[in-house]
Amino acid sequence: MLQRDYTTSQLDVLEAEAIHIMREVAAEFERPCLLFSGGKDSIVMLRVAEKAFWPAPIPFPLMHVDTGHNFPEVIEFRDRRVAELGARLVVASVQASIDAGRVVEQTGRRASRNRLQTTTLLDAIEEHEFDAVFGGARRDEEKARAKERVFSFRDEFGQWDPKNQRPELWNLYNTKISRGEHIRVFPLSNWTELDVWHYIRREGIEIPSIYFSHTRTVFERDAMLLADSEVVQRGDDEPTFEAVVRYRTVGDMTCTGAVASTATTIDQIIDEIAATRITERGATRADDRASEAAMEDRKKEGYF
Amino acid sequence: MDILRFATAGSVDDGKSTLIGRLLFDSKAIFEDQLEAVERTSRDRGTEYTDLSLLTDGLRAEREQGITIDVAYRYFATPKRKFIIADTPGHIQYTRNMVTGASTADLAIILIDARKGVLEQSRRHAFLTTLLRVPHLVLAVNKMDLVDYSEARFEEIREEFTAFASKLNASDLTFIPISALHGDNVVSRSENMPWYEGSSLLHHLENVHIASDRNLVDVRFPVQYVIRPHSATSQELHDYRGYAGQVAGGVLKPGDEVLHLPSGLTTTITGIDTFDGPVEEAFAPMSVTLRLGDDIDISRGDMICRPNNQPQAAQEIDAMICWMADGLKLQPRSKLIIKHTTRTARALVRDLHYRLDVNTLHRDESATALGLNEIGRVSLRTTQPLFVDDYARNRLTGGFILIDEATNGTVGAGMIVDAR
Repeated sequence: MLQRDYTTSQLDVLEAEAIHIMREVAAEFERPCLLFSGGKDSIVMLRVAEKAFWPAPIPFPLMHVDTGHNFPEVIEFRDRRVAELGARLVVASVQASIDAGRVVEQTGRRASRNRLQTTTLLDAIEEHEFDAVFGGARRDEEKARAKERVFSFRDEFGQWDPKNQRPELWNLYNTKISRGEHIRVFPLSNWTELDVWHYIRREGIEIPSIYFSHTRTVFERDAMLLADSEVVQRGDDEPTFEAVVRYRTVGDMTCTGAVASTATTIDQIIDEIAATRITERGATRADDRASEAAMEDRKKEGYF
Repeated sequence: MDILRFATAGSVDDGKSTLIGRLLFDSKAIFEDQLEAVERTSRDRGTEYTDLSLLTDGLRAEREQGITIDVAYRYFATPKRKFIIADTPGHIQYTRNMVTGASTADLAIILIDARKGVLEQSRRHAFLTTLLRVPHLVLAVNKMDLVDYSEARFEEIREEFTAFASKLNASDLTFIPISALHGDNVVSRSENMPWYEGSSLLHHLENVHIASDRNLVDVRFPVQYVIRPHSATSQELHDYRGYAGQVAGGVLKPGDEVLHLPSGLTTTITGIDTFDGPVEEAFAPMSVTLRLGDDIDISRGDMICRPNNQPQAAQEIDAMICWMADGLKLQPRSKLIIKHTTRTARALVRDLHYRLDVNTLHRDESATALGLNEIGRVSLRTTQPLFVDDYARNRLTGGFILIDEATNGTVGAGMIVDAR
């Protein structure tokens, strides 16, 4: 930061905005929680939360919607980070929703628990009476998200109504809701994928190993490299092979593709992303490819 | 690298989407898969050209109807700056969206079709931009290729707009002749307009000086959250009490004598804390935590300022209001929730002085209510004092939102012009 002319660097501006948003939530809501998946965006969000309330601990619990199909490296990272912070973690399990008959598991080769997560998430929000839920989504990720507010209202069914959003001006956020409704809050709305990586580098934040290049047994489907795993149903016409890959996003093993990469450091990852011509979700997420409005439709139902 | 937030106003007809598309494309912020999706959709619809508005029109309803309904935020960066575009629809029925996009903008680009000249909607966009005190205004005279890159035509538009803008107190005003379609003067200077000696649009966006647009004079620190760790293990932390917030004006330093509102008591800043260690000064938009020398009862919604430079502690407020509700109208006796900085109170509408015609700027003093997208001057009385400045002096301590108590919807945005 150049103190002389009071110019503030882009990461400082974004961080200050995100801290302001988090404090606003902590001040105005009864029972907030922060969605923490162990993915890079939620890792950055967690660091911002640490900063916002320091030297006091983070004044709300973390929640992870666990599909049971997560990468083991990421779950291990999640638990370690939670222990370091002494935070409380609520795990909402999709398997438990299936066992309780709340949702029905998809079958077939393309079975994914992606969409089932919505029910598990909304049930957990209701059970714990969360009135504000922090998510790590960014507006540059996807075009429906580009239209979403920082404080995004959800009705008592957890639904998003994109055509009836509250205007959001200056740094003033409307936090009024009735019982049973909640607000999804996106402190990283104005961050881009590169901002997230620059921040991880600047802060020296640890991230799960699968973000770095490694050798993995994969198979190809829809021009994506999927991990060979017992939770992914692979056909006989989908042979496995060894590849040097990394993950650009971290979601379910069933729908998150790896990208060929030799990047083993944050600097190399930043160089790689700066040069890429494909968006992160376009490169790696089968869940977004369903249709042009795939994200909008899922968000309306209450998805992240 | 810093951030420039800018709003674009105009309709698809003015070439706004083409311009944004070009800025994004030339700065490599559009990716191949996005472009492919747009090309596919354009083709499916039988459009001959690649309709770049499909990039920004993110909602199903927008794509189906071929219109922009809401503000879309787009991001791109050059080696000099990161840019956040608030892409707002230009039609009058979306005035509230333009007001929303302009509220945080450092700069606004108003697009004018060189063939059509200064239209009613250009004047409206200029007025709203000035009302929201966007510090820098760029008039992008587009489609210069269709008027043979005529200097005379450009000068004609410049003169007409300048005459109008002088009535508005428009701040920094820059005119740039462009062709978004062919890229003239968008990223680099055009060879088709040797008579134009100014910078290209992108060069202007990269270099316009914005650091001094913030108020660095009047110390304003709205207390957002009180940090008290209550630690049982650390004696130091047990007694820690910090006042967290985002600086809204001025420069704060340890050792400064400050005044607390509403108490009127003075104290000293003993430290400015952040997670990364104490800092020697804090200014907007930094989020910091203040430690103070005296044990004063301070809570959220209070204001820290300087003894010789205080905001107005007011319960009677005059403001320009943009009404944003669909069904409900604003009228005398309306009771609303008002949120100003970190303070929330209730407000009673005492008087509607006039409704402004946003196209002609005519003041209709016989108006009895404000409907959706209408703007007027209103007097409010609040249930508790708010610590305010004129919006013209500080956008953060001069702006507020109004919330309907029945629906919890955000129904209005206000810009303070006078307070008692």
